[in-house]
Amino acid sequence: MAKIGQSLWKFLDERFLLSGLIAFAKKKTVPEHRRSFWYFFGGICLFLTGIQIATGAMLLLYYTPHIDAAHESIQFIMSGVKFGWLIRSVHSWTANILIGLLFIHMFSTFFLKAYRKPRELTWVTGFLLLVLFMAFGFSGYLLPWNELSYFATRVGTDIAGSLPFIGDWLKTVILGGPEVSQATLSRFFWFHVALLPVAALLLIGIHILLVQTLGMSKPIGERSKKEIPFFPDFLYKDALGWTLILVLIGVLCVFLPWEIGPKADPLASTPLGIKPEWYFTFMFTTLKLVPAHILSIEGEKLAILAFMAGGLLWMLVPFLDKRAARETRSPVIGWIGVALALYIVIMTVLTYTAPNL
Amino acid sequence: MKRRNFVDIFLGGSLLATIAAFLYPVARYVLPSRSAGGSVQNSVTAAKAGELPPNTAKVFKFGSAPAVLVNTGEGRLVALSGTCTHLTCTVRFDAETETLFCPCHNGRFDLGGNVLSGPPPRPLETYAVEVSGADIIVSRKS
Amino acid sequence: MNKRAIRLFAAAALFAPLLAFGQKNSCVECHNQLDDELKAPAAALAADIHAEFGLSCKDCHGGDPSQDDVELAKDKTFKGSPKRKDIPLFCGGCHADAAAMRAFNPALRTDQLSQYWTSRHGLLLKAGDTKAAVCTDCHGVHGILSAKYPKSLTFPWNIPQTCGRCHADKAFMKPYRLPTGQLEDYQASVHARALLEKKDLSAPACNDCHGNHGAFPPAVSSVASVCRQCHPSTGELFMKSPHKKAFDEMGAGECEACHGNHKILAPSAAMIGTGDGASCVLCHDKGSRGFEAAAEFRRQLDSFESGFRAAEGLLAQAKQKGVEVSDVEFKLQDVNTLLVSAKNLTHGLDRAEITLAVSEGEKALVGVREAGEKALDEARFRRRGLAVTTALLALFGVALALKIRHMTRGRVDKSRRVE
Repeated sequence: MAKIGQSLWKFLDERFLLSGLIAFAKKKTVPEHRRSFWYFFGGICLFLTGIQIATGAMLLLYYTPHIDAAHESIQFIMSGVKFGWLIRSVHSWTANILIGLLFIHMFSTFFLKAYRKPRELTWVTGFLLLVLFMAFGFSGYLLPWNELSYFATRVGTDIAGSLPFIGDWLKTVILGGPEVSQATLSRFFWFHVALLPVAALLLIGIHILLVQTLGMSKPIGERSKKEIPFFPDFLYKDALGWTLILVLIGVLCVFLPWEIGPKADPLASTPLGIKPEWYFTFMFTTLKLVPAHILSIEGEKLAILAFMAGGLLWMLVPFLDKRAARETRSPVIGWIGVALALYIVIMTVLTYTAPNL
Repeated sequence: MKRRNFVDIFLGGSLLATIAAFLYPVARYVLPSRSAGGSVQNSVTAAKAGELPPNTAKVFKFGSAPAVLVNTGEGRLVALSGTCTHLTCTVRFDAETETLFCPCHNGRFDLGGNVLSGPPPRPLETYAVEVSGADIIVSRKS
Repeated sequence: MNKRAIRLFAAAALFAPLLAFGQKNSCVECHNQLDDELKAPAAALAADIHAEFGLSCKDCHGGDPSQDDVELAKDKTFKGSPKRKDIPLFCGGCHADAAAMRAFNPALRTDQLSQYWTSRHGLLLKAGDTKAAVCTDCHGVHGILSAKYPKSLTFPWNIPQTCGRCHADKAFMKPYRLPTGQLEDYQASVHARALLEKKDLSAPACNDCHGNHGAFPPAVSSVASVCRQCHPSTGELFMKSPHKKAFDEMGAGECEACHGNHKILAPSAAMIGTGDGASCVLCHDKGSRGFEAAAEFRRQLDSFESGFRAAEGLLAQAKQKGVEVSDVEFKLQDVNTLLVSAKNLTHGLDRAEITLAVSEGEKALVGVREAGEKALDEARFRRRGLAVTTALLALFGVALALKIRHMTRGRVDKSRRVE
C-alpha cells in the first residue's frame, strides 16, 4: 500500500515538480498572538464558498430557469430528488451564513488594520468580493420564482432604477426589460452561475495569491514573535472550525429546511411587509427612514448616492489611513469603523423589530 | 511513537468516514431514481389514448392542482384547470350541456374556460393537449 | 387607446361642463344659494345618473329653468315635490314606460313599478300607509347612482344597510309588529362575511332572497327554490327527499327550519344526529326510524371526519418536521371534497348514497394516511442521518483536537530541547 503511494508520489512529483512547492509551503508560517483567532475567518469563508460551488453545481442538475418550471423544479428537488431537500437547504443556509461571516471577516481585518501597506489590494479585492457575494445573494434569491423573491427583486431593482441619470438604463439592463419577467430570470440565472462565479474566482485567486505572497498581517504594535507553521498546524485548527460549521449547517437543514413558498404571481398585489434578504435590510431601512426631500433633492436618491460614496471611501481606506500606513495607531478610523458596524447592526435589527416605520 | 501513530490513524480514519458520510447523499442525489419520470410537472400524461369515450371527462393531477381532460362529443380533446375561480372547489364536466360545472355555488364555464354564469370572477386556465403515440399529454401553454 | 384619442377624450371631458353652462338652469343657480335642505338637491344633482343623460330638474318637476324670477320659473307646468304616496307613479312615469326608457337605456327593465305593486311595500302604500318604502327611500333622490357603482345605496354590499334603515329600527317597525333583528342576524352570517368582508359580490344580500322591487318574504314552501339558486345540488337533494313534503305540511320553512334565515352560519356535522344541538331530534323522537337514521348518518360522518382530521394532523406533523408534503396535501384536498359532498348528501336522506360517499372517502383516506406515515418516516430518517453525521464529525473534531495538542506539545518539546 505504502509502495503504491510512494510510486504515485514520484510520478506526480517528476511531472508537476511538487517537491519545490512542498518546500515552499513548509516554510509558510502564521503568527500566533492574542488576536490571531480572527485569522480563521478568511479560511471559513473560502470553505463555505467551496460548499456553495459544490451544492450549486448539484442544484444545476435539476433546476430549470424558466418561469413555468422554476418553482416546480424546486418543488421537485425538495420532494422528489433523493437528498434534494438537503442539497438545497445547505445551499440556502450556507449562503446566508457565508455573507454574515464575510462581514465579520471584513470588520475584523478592518479593526486589525490588516489593510495597511503593502496589503491595500487584499482589502480592495476583498471588498469587491463582498459586493459580488451580495450580488450572488440577490440573483440567487429570484431563482426559485416564489412570491417573496419576485417582489423582493422588484423592490430592489426599483431602488437601482431611482439612481440619477443612469437609473432607468441600469434597471433595464439588470431586468433584461422594463419589468421582472422571463428575461429577468434567465439573466439572473446567467449572473448567478456564469458571470459572478467567473468574476469571483478571479478575485478570490488574486486575494489568496496576495495573502500567500505577503503572509498574515500582525496588529500594529504586536510584540509577540511566535509563529506556527501553516501546514499542518494552522490547517488542522482551520479544519476544526470547518467541522463545527458543518455540524451547525446540518442541524439547521434538518430542523429548519428552506421554504419553497407560493409560486410568484406577477398580477397579485405586493404582499405586506415585503423586504429584501437580511443583508440588504440596513440599506432598505435607511431608505425608508430618509425624509422625502433634503434641500429639494429627493431623499432616496441622496441616500443611495451616499451609500455609493460611502462604499467607495470604505474601499479606499487603505490609501486614506495614512497613520496606519506608517504603523501608528489611527483611532479615528477605528471609531468610524465602530460607528459603521453599529449602524449596520441597528438598522438590520430595526427592520425586524419595528417593521412599520 | 506508538501514540503518534494512533493519533494519525484516528485522524485519517475519522476523516475517511466523514467523507464517506458526505459522499453518500451526493451519490443518491446525482444518480437518477427509477420513479423520477418527468422532473418537472410542466407536462403530464393525463390519460391513455382511447381511455375516454366521447362526451366524458377525467380529473387528473397537474402540478399541485386538479385539471380536467374532456373528450367532447365531436371527439375533440380539451384540457383546463379544474380549480373553480370562485372558492377553489373542483369543477366537473356536465355532458348534457358540454360545460364545466362547479357544484359548490353553481358556477358554469364553457370548454374554453370562459365564465358562462354564476359567481366565478375569472375564466379557467386552458392547457395544450397533444396525443403522442398511446399517451395524451397535457402541458402548459407558453 | 392611442395618445391622440386620449387627448381628444380628455379635451371633451374638460369642456363638457361648459355645455351645462350653455343651458341655463335657474333652479340649480337659485337653490345653490339657499341653505341645507333646499340646497341639497342642487348640490347632489351633479352626481345623479339622470343628469348624466342630460335630464334636469324640469324633467321631473316641470317649471321653466330659463327664468331667473322665482314666480316665472314656477310656471303652470311646475309640479313641485310629489307627495310620498305619489312617488311610485312619479318615477314610474318614465321608468315604467318602455318606449320612453328605450331612448335612454334600452337594456334597462321597465317592470319595477308593476313588481312594486305586488310587494309588501306597494300593498301597504296602496292601502294608504305612507310610511311604507317608496322609490326614493332605497334609491335616494337627486344624487341617485347606478346600482353598478359601489357608492350607490343599492350596490350589493350597501343593500343590508339600506333595508336596515327601516327594518332594524324598532320604533319605526313597531306598528307592523315585525322583528327588527334581521340586519344584526345577517351581519353574523356566512353570507355577510362573504359579501361585506371578502367582497364576494356573488354572495346574497336582502334582495337576492326577498326580491328588490317585488320584495316579499318567500313562502314557506318555496324557500328551497330560493336557496337552490346558489346551492343547486343541496336544493335538488332536499326537494327529492321526504323532508320536502313533511316540512311543507308542517309549515316549517324548508332550508330555514335547520339553517335559519338571516343568521345562516357555517353548517357542521353537529347539526345532524341525536345529541344536543342536533336539528333531527326536534321532530324525530327516540325509537323512530328518523331517529335511527339520524344517529347512523352522524356516526358515519363523525368517523369520516375524525379520520380526515387525523390524516391532516399527520401531514401537519411531517410538514412541521420539514418534510415536503404538498403532493399528499393535494390528495387530502380531494378527500375534503368527498367529505363536503357526503355532508351535502345528508339533505337527500338517501342511506345508500351517503354510505357510498363515506366509504369512497375512507378509501381515499387510506392512501393519504400511508403517504403521511411515509413522510414521518422520512423525517425520522433525516434526524437519524443527522445524528450519524454529527457523531462522525464530532469524532473527526476530537481526532483533530488530539492531533493539534500532540503537535503543539511536540513543537514545544522540540524547541525546549533545542535550547
